Amino acid sequence: MRLTKLGSGLISVLALAAGISMAHAKSDIVVAMQLEPPHLDPTSAAAGAIDSVLYSNVFEGLTRFGPDGSVNPGLAESWSISEDGKTYTFRLHEGVKFHDGSDLTAEDVKFSLDRARGEDSANAQKALFAGIESVEAIDPTTVKVTLKEPNGSLLFNLAWGDAVIVAPESIADIKSTPIGTGAFKFSNWVQGDRIDLEKNADYWGTPAKLDNVTFKFISDPTAAFAAVMAEDVNAFVGFPAPENLPQFEADPRFQVLVGSTEGETILSTNNKQPPLDNPKVRKAIAHAIDRQAIIDGAMFGYGTPIGTHFAPHNPDYVDLTGLSMYDPELSKELLAEAGFADGFSTTLKLPPPSYARRGGEIIASQLRAVGIETEISNLEWAQWLEQVFKGKDFGLTIVSHTEPMDIGIYARPDYYFNYDSPAFKELFEKLTVENDPEKRSELLKEAQKMISEDYVNGYLFQLAFPTVANAKIKGLWKNQPTQATDLTAVYWED
Amino acid sequence: MLRYFLKRLLSLALSLVAASVVIFLVLEVVPGDPAAYMLGLNAQEDTLNALREQLGLNGTILERYLSWAGGLLTGDFGVSYTYRTPVAEMIGDRLWVSLPLALYALTLSTLIAFPAGIWAASRRGSFVDTGVMGATQLGVAIPNFWFAMLMVLVFAINLRWFSAGGFAGWDAGFLAGMKSLTLPAIALALPQASILTRVMRSSLLDTLSEDFIRTARAKGLTRAQAMWRHALRNALIPVLTIMGLQFSFLLAGAIIIENVFYLPGLGRLVFQAISARDLIVVESVVMLLVFAVIVVNFAVDLAYALVDPRLRRRR
Repeated sequence: MRLTKLGSGLISVLALAAGISMAHAKSDIVVAMQLEPPHLDPTSAAAGAIDSVLYSNVFEGLTRFGPDGSVNPGLAESWSISEDGKTYTFRLHEGVKFHDGSDLTAEDVKFSLDRARGEDSANAQKALFAGIESVEAIDPTTVKVTLKEPNGSLLFNLAWGDAVIVAPESIADIKSTPIGTGAFKFSNWVQGDRIDLEKNADYWGTPAKLDNVTFKFISDPTAAFAAVMAEDVNAFVGFPAPENLPQFEADPRFQVLVGSTEGETILSTNNKQPPLDNPKVRKAIAHAIDRQAIIDGAMFGYGTPIGTHFAPHNPDYVDLTGLSMYDPELSKELLAEAGFADGFSTTLKLPPPSYARRGGEIIASQLRAVGIETEISNLEWAQWLEQVFKGKDFGLTIVSHTEPMDIGIYARPDYYFNYDSPAFKELFEKLTVENDPEKRSELLKEAQKMISEDYVNGYLFQLAFPTVANAKIKGLWKNQPTQATDLTAVYWED
Repeated sequence: MLRYFLKRLLSLALSLVAASVVIFLVLEVVPGDPAAYMLGLNAQEDTLNALREQLGLNGTILERYLSWAGGLLTGDFGVSYTYRTPVAEMIGDRLWVSLPLALYALTLSTLIAFPAGIWAASRRGSFVDTGVMGATQLGVAIPNFWFAMLMVLVFAINLRWFSAGGFAGWDAGFLAGMKSLTLPAIALALPQASILTRVMRSSLLDTLSEDFIRTARAKGLTRAQAMWRHALRNALIPVLTIMGLQFSFLLAGAIIIENVFYLPGLGRLVFQAISARDLIVVESVVMLLVFAVIVVNFAVDLAYALVDPRLRRRR
């Protein structure tokens, strides 16, 4: 009798314990990343770290990127486009509230877009809004955007972090207290250490599954490894040390997601500096490079070879790696044809990331093999921006262009690689005003081919994006269609 | 005495002014436009100009120096270019990590070095002495970041006694805060303790060979008595000098350790600020460190006077 009592008591205790653990499926997460945002306003800095923390979590735009890079409705429930492609009418979701409790209205949208394109705007991607003629608030939930001429990229442009909707009354403190409409609210920032977000109970859409989110900033690769191993952090997005990934893959506590990014890593070439102004010389350089050796040597095998300035995961991508196959003999022939049978020497200026520093050493030795001597100099980012990007004082450099869909930079003759092609500009103008998806796709493919055949730059590889996380976490983005750590659908598996 | 004090104060002020000019000029000629850094690869010229205007970067060098230096006098360190928060506030927050860390490390190193140095000196030539000297040689030779990583491996990853890094914050309680500073403090203290032990030992041995010790011994004091009563105080002067230097070093030089343990301290702030061309933060932090060094030196001078009455009378 006693024993059964004890037994049933034990069972009920166990059941209770199980019930408690079921009810307490973990709802907090600590996510680490390498860089800390300088401030919290995605609309006035280029720092990707700002979007990494806030995009979709705290701030939302009219449209938003999905995990696969598709453009989906965001705050705009739907839209219609006029016949001439110049007028977009957006219908906003009803009942959307900012985190301070105020309602989102068409006036806020007008304010946000006007602020971004205004004269004294400090928006890093101001060009995204350049084609907008006017923004009108028709009624509280309807906004009309009129363009100077048709722009097939508008919906895509509005999905950027730089185009999120902000409220006029929150602008003064936005850099330290961001107020958005997202599924998470900003709660605390200990500079140098962490940013805390909490669930927004009044969210207009599908509520977040997590209650609390902490972002930690760990820049040192060794410290990153230690933090994940000691399980101080639950996930590390953009894990900085690819050499450690196999170890995590072998450990059942962790999952490793290796996704793709919008980062085209290229051997940028100064198209105006002799002898690099000679297309044959550029072609020779392209054929002298063994991409796989760079991916293996500099990135421990993580990265996808590319042959043009376009993301391989994009449906419009064309594989043009064949145009610049590794062929040192051909490279030497081309150099001889161009009048450099004995080679030449040029500069190779490298910014700090390891893809550039490690990759640079490998490229230098590959170029030396065909007779091209490079004088390597290692620069800090600020120096690189000053000398290479702004001063155009370089022969070659290695850098990853991480802006989504940025093939348009080839239509800017004053851009640092000095590519001035009327044919490309014309093509790009056609692309800009084209609204038909099929025709756009064709034009995009043509654009990829054009720059690849002109050997504007040496196209190396698409940066991989490794995330190491606790094996029980679900719903993390694998790819990086934009620099975001969208946690709105993340949860812990029981 | 008052005149001496005023003279000291004037020289202190002059060094600060000189330091501020040098720091400002050196950083202003460093290449790199903060606005370009912040706005990235797609920014347009008019946007850059708008931002430079917002940051007050469009003035002449003299205007900018005067506004910065004038602000310093009133405790206004300006506003960080990148973080856009008052620099004084940021430095204040970071000091709550770096200052306790430096003090913690200095305390640990003193607690190790004093007994070890005295022990080695009092057993000169014995195997204790050789052992202590060997250990300090190792302590000086081992890079502290390597030792830090080793400790993380053992105490954070394997034993799970400590977290691998980060700072719990003083809000979480004094003990939690101290706990997160323990591994970094040990890593910082180890080489410092080794140096201090060696200085302590050799300084004591020097003093022990002086005439007044011989006199004391002749009057019947044992070696130990002579050491405790007469030698120790006299041996402290070089030790205090080293400790003063170490404190300034620990405050400024913990950059690597703060990165290994991702502590939100001053060292890490300055590291980030340099790479982001947040010049005003760099200038202000460096200025603060110069100030700290000068004040610590002043304090060490006072401490000399405490341990050596002759210095007191000379003033």
